[in-house]
Amino acid sequence: MTDAALTTFPAADADEALESPARRALRRLLKRKGAVVGLIVIVTFILLAVFAALVVPYDPIATSWTLVRKPPSAQHWFGTDDLGRDVLSRVIYGARASLLAGAISVGIALSIGVPFGLLSGYRGGFIDALISRITDAMLACPFLILAIALAAFLGPSLGNAMIAIGISATPVFVRLTRGQVMSVKVEDYVEAARAMGNPRWRIALFHILPNIMPALLVQMTLSIAAAIIAEAALSFLGLGQQPPAPSWGSMLNAAQRFLTNAPWMAIWPGLAIFLVVLSLNLVGDGLRDALDPRER
Amino acid sequence: MLNFLGKRILQLIPTLFFVSILIFSLQHLLPGDPALVMAGEERDPAVIEQIRQQYRLDRPIPVQYFYWVKGVLSGDFGESLRVKAPVLSLIGQKLPVTMQLAAMAIVIAFLIGIPAGIISAVKKGTVWDYGANLFALWGISTPNFWLGIMLIFLFSIELGWLPASGFVPLSEDWRANLASTIMPAFVLGNAIAAILMRHTRSAMLQVLESDYVRTARAKGLSERSVILKHAMRNALTPIITLGALELGTLLSGAVLTEQIFSIPGFGKLIVDAVFNRDYAVVQGVVLVTATIYIALNLIADIAYILVNPRLRA
Repeated sequence: MTDAALTTFPAADADEALESPARRALRRLLKRKGAVVGLIVIVTFILLAVFAALVVPYDPIATSWTLVRKPPSAQHWFGTDDLGRDVLSRVIYGARASLLAGAISVGIALSIGVPFGLLSGYRGGFIDALISRITDAMLACPFLILAIALAAFLGPSLGNAMIAIGISATPVFVRLTRGQVMSVKVEDYVEAARAMGNPRWRIALFHILPNIMPALLVQMTLSIAAAIIAEAALSFLGLGQQPPAPSWGSMLNAAQRFLTNAPWMAIWPGLAIFLVVLSLNLVGDGLRDALDPRER
Repeated sequence: MLNFLGKRILQLIPTLFFVSILIFSLQHLLPGDPALVMAGEERDPAVIEQIRQQYRLDRPIPVQYFYWVKGVLSGDFGESLRVKAPVLSLIGQKLPVTMQLAAMAIVIAFLIGIPAGIISAVKKGTVWDYGANLFALWGISTPNFWLGIMLIFLFSIELGWLPASGFVPLSEDWRANLASTIMPAFVLGNAIAAILMRHTRSAMLQVLESDYVRTARAKGLSERSVILKHAMRNALTPIITLGALELGTLLSGAVLTEQIFSIPGFGKLIVDAVFNRDYAVVQGVVLVTATIYIALNLIADIAYILVNPRLRA
């Protein structure tokens, strides 16, 4: 290598060297149009869910026999459903169930999956073999079928649906964390931390975990999208949010019976799921590129 | 290779053991006395007694497990309490319907996903590439039960071309069978097409930059023959095995799709069982799905070794 190459390298990267990795990732993420649009949509839905009580035009569970299945109008932008309830208000309140389910079930999956993945990847040996086989066993059951079975045995409710989805999403995080740990633990800085006499738990938590965060973050985004679809699916089947509380999945279930004379009932909740999931996938793809150290 | 296969099959034993533990434990998630919950609303003492007998609920849990596994290994998956039939024969009746749907869905997924992936890789950065990527993103983000409902609205209610529901067996009338399965098969295949497209695209991009493709071009071969004969063959090998692994997605998707199109398959069986509190059927369905998945995984691994000469030694 020549001297010139050595001296120009830090100079070209002077700006980037000053910023933290998180800041650099954010700057690179914001350069991607798709990811920015996705972020805006997600933030909008989060705000709608949080301030639902302030923004809805009508009570989402107030029924009215004079307003049964009215098409979209100036008073009811998205129309009304089979019990005369305002569809727009129900879609807005439905965002609560969906986003909550996405966040909580992935939270459950992370808080079980990451510790076990760390343990499995870092300790190796018998513990690794045991955890890996259990993970394989869980991965052998298709995600939604496992979630349906768990929800069926736990009993139908939004809370149980979140637990069922969270447990079903766990093995992906165990496997991802384990794989990442295996590739990171042979790096020099982990060796250095060990040479300095750090205890194993300290190396795992403060030296390895921060370095596998990018991969976990990408998987988290994609898993939230999958969890939102799964919650809608369980609610669609009647295993999630119970009526009359609104959720996008249960709204679609009701809509299916009135497709001939009230198609608007099916369009809006489905569109809401599609938009949120699409946005999460866009952000996930953007994050993957932004966090990839090979890409500049 | 035999060595690898041997190890691979040995690994299956603990995996299957944990699958069985997982599915057996499901019944212990039931709140309260499982016999009372399983007996349903009527709480007929005779039924409760039958359940206690069937599951040996008065014995310690390891003993219950032992008898359950013994039953499963000899093909006895328990009895459906609602339909009064052995679980295995119920699954045997429903599985062919879902298999037909799954096969059609895989064909649709390959027909859409692979050409789209090849075109978008070859015409990287053009409108074609952009369109194919947009299609993939759409396919991955659309919940399949919503897509199903929208297709019914469009093709059955508005246009009146296809029946909204009602399955006709293949043996009865193949035309009616096709009409009743084409929409659900498309709904199932769509998401997999998107995944296949993304993988085909990245595999093709990698291959198109390789030395032997450059050599083929330098020899003066036409672009068409470079892509179809040299690049595609090598890019597609891993994709074919990937297709087999998407079966899990298919079976999950079948649950909702069959529900929407009222198709009496495997997915509808588990949903009906859930609502009838027919827990033995739920367990049986999960067990069979997991076993099929594990078997296909093994076949995919073997196929991968067989088509990849570098791994054959």
